[in-house]
Amino acid sequence: MKMRNLLILGAGTSGTMMANHLRKKLKKNDWNITIVDKDETHYYQPGFLFLPFDIYKPKQVKKSIDKFIPKGVKLIREKIDRIDKDLDLVYLQDGSKLHYDILIIATGVDIQPEEVEGLKGDEWYKSIFDFYTYEGAKQLRDKLRKWEGGKLVVHICEMPIKCPVAPLEFAFLADSYFINKGMREKVDISYVTPMDAAFTKPIAAKELGHLLKEKNIKLIPNFNIESVDSDHNKIIDYGGAEVEYDLLVTVPTNMGDPMIERSGIGDDLNYVPTDKATLQTKIKDNIFAIGDATNIPASKAGSVAHFESEILTENILRYIEGEALKSSFDGHANCFVETGHGKAILIDFNYTHEPVTGTFPLPGVGPLRLLKESHMNHMGKLAFRWIYWNMLIKGKHIPFVSAEMATAGKDIDKVETIVDKKIKETTTIH
Amino acid sequence: MTEKIYAGTPVSCNDEGYLNDLEQWNREVGADIASEENIEMSERHWEVITFLQNQYRNEIPLTIRKVGKSGVVTIKEFYSLFPGGPLKKASRIAGIPKPVSCI
Ligand SMILES: Cc1cc2nc3c(=O)[nH]c(=O)nc-3n(C[C@H](O)[C@H](O)[C@H](O)COP(=O)(O)OP(=O)(O)OC[C@H]3O[C@@H](n4cnc5c(N)ncnc54)[C@H](O)[C@@H]3O)c2cc1C
Repeated sequence: MKMRNLLILGAGTSGTMMANHLRKKLKKNDWNITIVDKDETHYYQPGFLFLPFDIYKPKQVKKSIDKFIPKGVKLIREKIDRIDKDLDLVYLQDGSKLHYDILIIATGVDIQPEEVEGLKGDEWYKSIFDFYTYEGAKQLRDKLRKWEGGKLVVHICEMPIKCPVAPLEFAFLADSYFINKGMREKVDISYVTPMDAAFTKPIAAKELGHLLKEKNIKLIPNFNIESVDSDHNKIIDYGGAEVEYDLLVTVPTNMGDPMIERSGIGDDLNYVPTDKATLQTKIKDNIFAIGDATNIPASKAGSVAHFESEILTENILRYIEGEALKSSFDGHANCFVETGHGKAILIDFNYTHEPVTGTFPLPGVGPLRLLKESHMNHMGKLAFRWIYWNMLIKGKHIPFVSAEMATAGKDIDKVETIVDKKIKETTTIH
Repeated sequence: MTEKIYAGTPVSCNDEGYLNDLEQWNREVGADIASEENIEMSERHWEVITFLQNQYRNEIPLTIRKVGKSGVVTIKEFYSLFPGGPLKKASRIAGIPKPVSCI
């Protein structure tokens, strides 16, 4: 049989996991596996939350990409120019082209500060920062070390964003950081969001909203930013409302790579239209997508990508065998929400179930408590870095945690009414 | 779920006042809901409402960005037509569900 080619675009969390899973499953005599990435470094992005507060050091959040690519997978370090879906070809920036039988798009999303007028001007990395990039998080760390206080505005430009709880965690951690530095009374913290509450899911929003109040962080909801007036230190929304800042920490619009746009296959945010249950794209049968790059209505998070990778591996094997794909991805997400002072909350949800209270991963036992602050959850969050580097991206199975969400041990009943309502509304979910 | 009377017609609404069924909607109902939001409807308003309803019927998720890029109305004008929360208010007047912002 002729050698066939499986091509993976992007060697971040999802692409690396897929390379590891598939090399074990596909015969080396039948299938070449190639993975392409423009960067030399694999960043542990969840660590960007801790970098500004000097909790992690830069070297704890970056490692060389090739360390995680298994033997038998060819790594190409080059920028992807575009996909030609009709010819099953991918063009690289250096002019070379790669033919594929199966393509996996795993190019993630990145911040696009240019989408909001005035954001990326003279004040960028002076009084306006992001923490969603390595560079931004490091610059912000240096700023915080010497900042003397004033109005801190933690802000989301536009939904969806990857790890939608990260900005909230940033606000919580900022509260503890300034308390520990003995200067909390000199800092006024606001949380400004386009959503109508602290989080998209009503029950979690309520719990998280309480925490904001407790920590004296002012919530300003329904704020859709139109522009930044950096001469007068204020952000302005489309309705004319203004919020003043001395230090603006914003999450700019999260968009798919421009390569998606050049290939003519994305939506208005360059997300790839993808079947939310099978992860096959709607572009062409032999193109699949995983992780932040897709448009599926699940959180853009590493934990989601982990659950997706198990289902996508199975579906690729089925596709090769000519079998029907398994429609089993349920949008399962779980994430630790760091709440400051060495505590965290764990939330677990999917397309149809709200985050609920209860315990995880062993029903009724835990050790992690869902939707309640605890020190154990915080340790879980820190342990996640080790799990990430040593198990997750290497495609090792994480004990007790399955791709489909378990409902035992969780207080599901009380949310059934909300769930019913949600199902009705799912047609309008982005 | 509650029943409300708009423009003399009983319609079924959810707790937040959004219609449960677009079939029960007509312009008079829409105008009456608009007056609750202190909005007086003009032809321009109706053009936007019709666009939102078509998107909904075609199962296209609505976001402020999509409305702004639609060519029907700019985000700025959308805000001036439906001050406050334009997408939420306009959806309510249009008789379609409240847009759920993303996860
Ligand atoms: C501050 C922050 C905190 C977070 N916290 C958490 C958390 O606590 N828990 C959690 O589960 N998740 C968290 N996440 C989200 C998580 O990091 C992402 O969801 C995950 O990394 C997505 O993986 P991915 O492979 O889809 O994309 P990425 O890991 O971003 O990988 C995309 C890769 O594609 C490459 N690429 C893109 N375009 C091109 C091109 N044109 N040519 C060549 N290469 C290209 C990039 O270089 C990159 O290596 C957090 C993210 C951030 C920013």
